[in-house]
Amino acid sequence: MTTAAAIEVNARSIRRIALSHKLSRWDVRFSPYLYISPFFLLFGIMGLFPLLYTAWVSVHDWNLIGGQGDFVGLENFATVLSQGYFWTSLRNTFSIFLLSSIPQVLMALGIAAVLDFNLRGKTFWRMGVLLPYVVAPVAVALIFNDLFGDKYGLINSAITGLGLEPIRWHVDVIPSHVAIATMVNFRWTGYNALIFLAAMQAVPRDYYEAAIIDGANRLRTFRSITLPLLRPIIIFVILTSTIGGLQIFDEARMFDNVGQGGASRQWQTLTLYIYELGWNQRNFGRASAVAWLLFLIIILIAVLNFVITRRIAGTADRKLRVRAKGIS
Amino acid sequence: MKRFPRSTIAATVAGAATFALVLAGCSAGAGSEQSKDEKVKLTVATFNEFGYDDLFAEYEKANPNVKVTHKKAATSNEARDNLTTRLAAGSGLSDVEAIEVDWLPELLQYSDKFVTVSSSEVKGRWLDWKEKAATDADGNLIAYGTDIGPEGVCYRSDLFAAAGLPTDRAEVAKLLGTSWESYYAAGEKFAAAGTNVPWFDSAGATWQGVVNQIPNAYEEKDGTVIATENPEVKKAYTSVLDASSTLSAHLGQWSDDWTASFQNNGFATMLCPGWMLGVISGNAEGVTGWDIADTFPGGGGNWGGSYLTVPKQSKNQAEAQKLAAWLTAPEQQLKAFASKGTFPSQVDALASDELLGAVNPFFNNAPTGQILANRAAAVDVTPFKGESYFAINDAMQQALTRVEDGTMTADESWAQFTTDVKALG
Repeated sequence: MTTAAAIEVNARSIRRIALSHKLSRWDVRFSPYLYISPFFLLFGIMGLFPLLYTAWVSVHDWNLIGGQGDFVGLENFATVLSQGYFWTSLRNTFSIFLLSSIPQVLMALGIAAVLDFNLRGKTFWRMGVLLPYVVAPVAVALIFNDLFGDKYGLINSAITGLGLEPIRWHVDVIPSHVAIATMVNFRWTGYNALIFLAAMQAVPRDYYEAAIIDGANRLRTFRSITLPLLRPIIIFVILTSTIGGLQIFDEARMFDNVGQGGASRQWQTLTLYIYELGWNQRNFGRASAVAWLLFLIIILIAVLNFVITRRIAGTADRKLRVRAKGIS
Repeated sequence: MKRFPRSTIAATVAGAATFALVLAGCSAGAGSEQSKDEKVKLTVATFNEFGYDDLFAEYEKANPNVKVTHKKAATSNEARDNLTTRLAAGSGLSDVEAIEVDWLPELLQYSDKFVTVSSSEVKGRWLDWKEKAATDADGNLIAYGTDIGPEGVCYRSDLFAAAGLPTDRAEVAKLLGTSWESYYAAGEKFAAAGTNVPWFDSAGATWQGVVNQIPNAYEEKDGTVIATENPEVKKAYTSVLDASSTLSAHLGQWSDDWTASFQNNGFATMLCPGWMLGVISGNAEGVTGWDIADTFPGGGGNWGGSYLTVPKQSKNQAEAQKLAAWLTAPEQQLKAFASKGTFPSQVDALASDELLGAVNPFFNNAPTGQILANRAAAVDVTPFKGESYFAINDAMQQALTRVEDGTMTADESWAQFTTDVKALG
């Protein structure tokens, strides 16, 4: 009797222990997901839903004011792909993206390397490079438009003063892209430089000391220590600037007073094209189709970017390891 | 290393999705609140400068139960974007919304979204063509006319003097004549004097004058698009570009270069509707010599002008209509003219001594009130503007710009214009 009761009690406490065990195991296993779930819930509402809704709109006739029309399947995609302006704006998007992202990352690296030295008034210089980032893009565009005026702009005044032909910023394709890329770079270089700087500060100083004792100069330490250790951050910066670079809108829209990217669409980006279709022509179906095409392009480029940078990083890791072995 | 891909893809998706959000966000409703207390709160949305600031205070004084909030957009385009987006959303509009004549036609097809103006109350208040432009296919008037843009020709008398041309207003009007040919011929005479100053600012600005004299430029009355086949349009296109090749400063209107050119002897004449006088005196501050001639090539011409509407979204439609009707009455519009120079569209206001006696010191003390009233009376064509007018005219402006900046020949640019118009369908 007593033994039976004891066994009963025992079994219950074992069960209780088992339960609390299970709970704590669940806690360990599931809590992290619970903690990050707000982001994904929000993302679902603010990101995923619009994404799917845009897809829904893109297969319909859809007027900005009139709303939903007939289901047309992939006709919007077909029409858009057959239009010259789509391809022009695709070309412009890539051209402006390359003209902005590449110099931007290189300059940011350079600036970060200089800021990493022991400068007097560190905070002043660091805040200084971030200042352009605080300025609203529209304000940047207004200031730069004074520089890039075709007839009365500052740059062209200087050029014609030297007796050269003025640059037709708002007429020729490449100059307009350079001008827009300059505005983008002005705004984002400092921001990226600070990210690089933070990563550089995390590099242990003894690496540099060891290298300098071995007779390496500044350039050499930068190439062989700083850059390899910065690779994950470089990948991050390249990815974010790719996503941003393919969506340039404000600077291109503010580049002239019409805001459609030029009379021959010299600097119309894909986002501007979406705006023209949606708000000027009020054809939301086609605008959504281009939005989706842009989405696919960005994913494609991001994946490509990732694969390439990882491959580069991979070989570099191996090299570093080999070199490390050689040293020891 | 393993952890990287997932977060990367999430970041990518998030980034791209943010963009899609912009598109879809416009279909989502933005709730509007309207409390049911004693005091009636009315919001009025305008753009640029309607000259209403003092009038609101006056209205509130006369109607103590009403509180007016004024929302002012910087440009007409901004107002258009705001209006169409919220119209699409079904909420968020002000009780009284101002609209501009150029994008009025695209709203006329959605006239059921606006409260109809009862005609008995405002019968005969406006010029015929002003009222007709805001009447939908079923004959319902949906908007209260505010101002109009009758056009004269503004000119620089100092540059005219340098070229040996007459400078007096009446003589200049005679020199410019009443046809486009005589206007261009005067330009050739001016150019021949070797002043090295272009005759007008741009082909695009001149086009606005020409196209507003063609009754059915781009569309038939039933909405059929005829822009690319209409011989009148092609002829006007060719003649404007012919003139522009020798007479134009090639400055896109409203561009930064255009604005700067006012301080640099950029051009000698420009077509100027009443509201342009303020733009000129602002941009050309410190420059002396501007004057205005009481003539317009090709007959009269109207460019721009606005309306007030009451959207059906409004919770206080009756009160909003009362306010709109009051604001657009001749007495109030004259006050707006006195404060900001918006030229009234009301028949009674046009005949008032206050208006006819108005003088503009910047334009060499020209009797601008009388001149613009004459110009308004000279308007004899009401151009039909259908739902595609804005987009087609936009494409035409770009076609002209392409030829002016030398990226295409006139024929190539016309071909591109044809493609652009087709793409709208």
